[in-house]
Amino acid sequence: MRYVPHTEDDVRAMLQRIGVADLDALFAEVPREVYHPDGLPWPPRLSEAELRRHLEEIAARNVPLSSRPSFLGAGAYHHYIPAVVDALAARGEFLTAYTPYQPEASQGTLQVIFEFQTMVAELAGLEVANASLYDGATALVEALFMLQGGPGAAGERRRVVLSTGIHPEYRQVVRTYYAHLPYEVVELPLDARGRTDLEALAAAAREAAVFAFQSPSFYGTIEDARAVCETARAAGAEVVQVFDPIGVAVLTSPGEAGAAAAVAEGQPLGIPVQFGGPHLGLLATRERYVRRMPGRLVGRTVDLEGRPGYVLTLQTREQHIRRERATSNICTNVGLMALRATIYLAALGRRGLETLATICLQRAHHAACRIAELPGFALRYPETPFFREVAVRCPVPAAEVNRHLEARGIIGGLDLGRFDPAEERTMLLCFTEMTTPADIERLLGALAEVRAS
Amino acid sequence: MSEVPAGLHYTASHEWARPEGEQVVVGITAFAVESLQDLVFIELPKLGDEVRRGERFGEIESVKAVSDLYSPVDGSVVAVNEALANDLDRLSRDPYGEGWLIRIAPRTSLPEALAGLLDAAAYRRLIEQEEHGGG
Amino acid sequence: MSAGVRPGQAGGAGQGPPPELASRTIFEESRPGRMAVSLPEPGVPSPGAEALLPAWARRAVPPALPEVGELQLVRHYTRLSQKNLGIDTTFYPLGSCTMKYNPRLNEQIAALPGLADIHPYQDPDQVQGALELFYELEQLLAQLTGLEAVSLQPAAGAHGELTGLMCIRAWHVSRGEAARRTRVLIPDSAHGTNPASVTLCGMEAVPVRTADNGRVHLADLERKLDERVAAFMITNPSTLGLFESELPAMAERLHAAGALVYLDGANLNAMLGVIRPGDLGVDVMHVNLHKTLSTPHGGGGPGSGPIAVRSFLEPFLPVPRIVRGEDGRLRLETDRPQSIGRVKAFLGHAGMVWRAYAYLRAHSGRDLAGVAKHAVLNANYIRVRLRDHYEVAYPGMCMHEVVLSARRQKRLGASALDIAKGLLDRGFHPPTIYFPLIVPEALMIEPTETETRETLDRFCDAMIELAELAARDPEQLRQAPRTLPVRRLDEVRAARQPVLRWRAEPAPADRPPLAEGDACAAASAGVPATR
Repeated sequence: MRYVPHTEDDVRAMLQRIGVADLDALFAEVPREVYHPDGLPWPPRLSEAELRRHLEEIAARNVPLSSRPSFLGAGAYHHYIPAVVDALAARGEFLTAYTPYQPEASQGTLQVIFEFQTMVAELAGLEVANASLYDGATALVEALFMLQGGPGAAGERRRVVLSTGIHPEYRQVVRTYYAHLPYEVVELPLDARGRTDLEALAAAAREAAVFAFQSPSFYGTIEDARAVCETARAAGAEVVQVFDPIGVAVLTSPGEAGAAAAVAEGQPLGIPVQFGGPHLGLLATRERYVRRMPGRLVGRTVDLEGRPGYVLTLQTREQHIRRERATSNICTNVGLMALRATIYLAALGRRGLETLATICLQRAHHAACRIAELPGFALRYPETPFFREVAVRCPVPAAEVNRHLEARGIIGGLDLGRFDPAEERTMLLCFTEMTTPADIERLLGALAEVRAS
Repeated sequence: MSEVPAGLHYTASHEWARPEGEQVVVGITAFAVESLQDLVFIELPKLGDEVRRGERFGEIESVKAVSDLYSPVDGSVVAVNEALANDLDRLSRDPYGEGWLIRIAPRTSLPEALAGLLDAAAYRRLIEQEEHGGG
Repeated sequence: MSAGVRPGQAGGAGQGPPPELASRTIFEESRPGRMAVSLPEPGVPSPGAEALLPAWARRAVPPALPEVGELQLVRHYTRLSQKNLGIDTTFYPLGSCTMKYNPRLNEQIAALPGLADIHPYQDPDQVQGALELFYELEQLLAQLTGLEAVSLQPAAGAHGELTGLMCIRAWHVSRGEAARRTRVLIPDSAHGTNPASVTLCGMEAVPVRTADNGRVHLADLERKLDERVAAFMITNPSTLGLFESELPAMAERLHAAGALVYLDGANLNAMLGVIRPGDLGVDVMHVNLHKTLSTPHGGGGPGSGPIAVRSFLEPFLPVPRIVRGEDGRLRLETDRPQSIGRVKAFLGHAGMVWRAYAYLRAHSGRDLAGVAKHAVLNANYIRVRLRDHYEVAYPGMCMHEVVLSARRQKRLGASALDIAKGLLDRGFHPPTIYFPLIVPEALMIEPTETETRETLDRFCDAMIELAELAARDPEQLRQAPRTLPVRRLDEVRAARQPVLRWRAEPAPADRPPLAEGDACAAASAGVPATR
């Protein structure tokens, strides 16, 4: 057995101490007809070398983003991960600890979370943040619950309004969670410029408990977040903004805009794309909601001798105490991902994050202008500012463009027809510090070969 | 043995009720305060809220526990001890005095509202049992 | 209160930084102008953000992130890591968390570019290897659970619970029974996530009592079982570490009453490869990859909580489903009208899928059975070694964990908490304490199969010494721990005046004067973030 250290002598001595004849006797209370003493049918065991080779072979059947120019984003972004992030996050003291219920033995994890909460609150421009949620989509659901007063809260307003600028998969997750709750989920379409129609919002928000929007939107467009928040709040709805944790270094923060809460997918902050997870759900809000926040919170305090230290706090919100009346069922979150984000943000720092955001912005604008000059191509929302992603109209279906790019050794953008058949000729292209000027030239060259058939 | 003043009315869920004029002042007992330990937060109703006997009107939290507060009488809330929000020590120090929680105007006459609540002797027997059971 | 241990010097080898630096945050290390990364030049002729973004779109106040150099950064987080105990440093018998060894090979595998660096929206032809691992892990989990269909989408155990309950609810909807079946029966020994998940699913949690033998109270279950019950949510082995041998009979009753059985798989390690929950009458369960299948706990996640269901529930599983086409290629299917929908973005915690698959393939069928057997052996060994020194909550053989009660010690003046803190001073992470709620002064010990007999013996010796100390000098125990970077922390203060983030200290002129000798106030002059 690979990871069991007992010798035969150990087992014999321990069984004797317990007073049973053999290991199977330990399972005496299990009905015999369901007990498999020799184990279940199973593929053969692989040695460490065999196992590694086996998985290398499987991995070799995938095309890594790092192996060729890639312009795919849409909620999971290929940014460079500094070596220090992997090196520090791999330390066994971090990696193999669990939820810091024993604070004296967990000051490392606890202080990291305290720093993480501070950094997330700073990014969002809000007052407090929690210790993480599973991902951006579930963070959005949790924020909606928090603002409406709990999953089944019986407020007067029983409606949540989602902008269609929110990632379509996030909206699907919201619908799944609300399917059995006494709330109506309605969507507010973006206007022709890829932005919220404020008049329509004013009308829709009148009966809504919460309005949620995303800026930069799924389509890359940047909203006038202040105007959006003001309009929704004037109609009596609370507002949650889905933001971009790198873009927010240069873009209006949710706090500045006036949102009551902000959520984000934290994956761009030093976490591999790794086929969609684990990623990192960020949630920040204003002080008045802190007792309704889901998930862990770390607070600073002092020990018996007056030394500063950290503990999990306000735990009465959580499921292990409040059980069926908890604000959320979340228990294990994504602590290791929060650690990675903390190290990443500390590595870049205030100036680094702003510089990185600006590089993305500049490369995306350079590429977008050049693409718009190609025959048959145009920006989908030419009047609207964007950050690192831009929706582009193609002369042929985006799926065809992608096949052409693939043949040229390029991973293209997202075919928006995947989520909306009306947009089958639109492609969402993403530009980061990993898409070099040379990659962009290659993309432009390949796109120039695409002609309307 | 925790203090159980005579003359008050008690619930099995450890609230006390004290008639004052036509109204009833409500709090939690010294026994409740001692078993909760380390109080950190209290949530009380708003002025004008309707409360019903045996139903939850708020909650009180210690570091690792949360307990519901149940109303001893039917009626509406006419005063709330706002000072507790910032100073729960008042409640630990003096649960029958400055640690009062709310004042209720009963929906019915006072004797009718208080009928069926425990007197001090009955409540004392109850907590003796709990202390034994909790061993 | 002078402990003889100098602040900040405990825990490490006495070589840590001086006390005033020991708990400095990264923000206090910051100096404007430092940076720990090197970024590329834009390399394109675009102007800056001021020109590319209208004023209304630009941030006014930049986020106050710390600015540090690379070595500073490495030292800061290395030092923090040294203030942690983990499985790698310490025996960590945290009950119900299955803190087994996390194989390093699996970390290397997960870092392969072909697994770490792939995007969920790539063309399926570019990620056939990844889809293959999802597909294969689903098959292996189906085999282990004895259930037919698996979804790897849930992000953690609690998320699996919610997803499973949603499937159950959707099944009742499909039968026109959802309106009346709104109750879920849950033993009173259950994890708090169970009732919390039920509420989130818009249903009502109804507790079922525990009988004197520590098993589900069958008469109480019977009494509460009516046409309003949607499901029975049970943990087996229970959180008391006991096998519910009546589960097949209970399941039969539930099914006859039109309800389903959900198994909380937190304790699957005791059954791994020897008992298939499907054979016990279970309809839906989740598997915690971060417990049973050795993926690292990460200081609080990521977890992964795949669910396995009987075939009649397969249509309700979340989308997307991974299906194999006639040409043998794998693809994602989203058009499934009865599905509950999507429960998270993308496909689930793929990074945990790679690790769990590797773990399972490192074992033969007999090896996996050995995991369960040795986990149960170790727990029972601890039980018999400690049974004369602590009360065992319920008599008889335990499974993968043993629940003791420090009730006897409590009467002498040392609580379960004090015992736990005493263990810290003796080089062990404590067990889970004060859970299950129905056991007073509970100490829930789960050793797992990866520990040596010597470690178990040292742990038992320490526990026995603590029991003796509780009888002799409980005050000494109440002062523990003394050898860690901090002593007991003031949790009341943390909850009454929450300080949930770092803030720059106010300039000296604005700072209120501190009472003389008030070290506490000096140490936490940060402005409280709330209230």
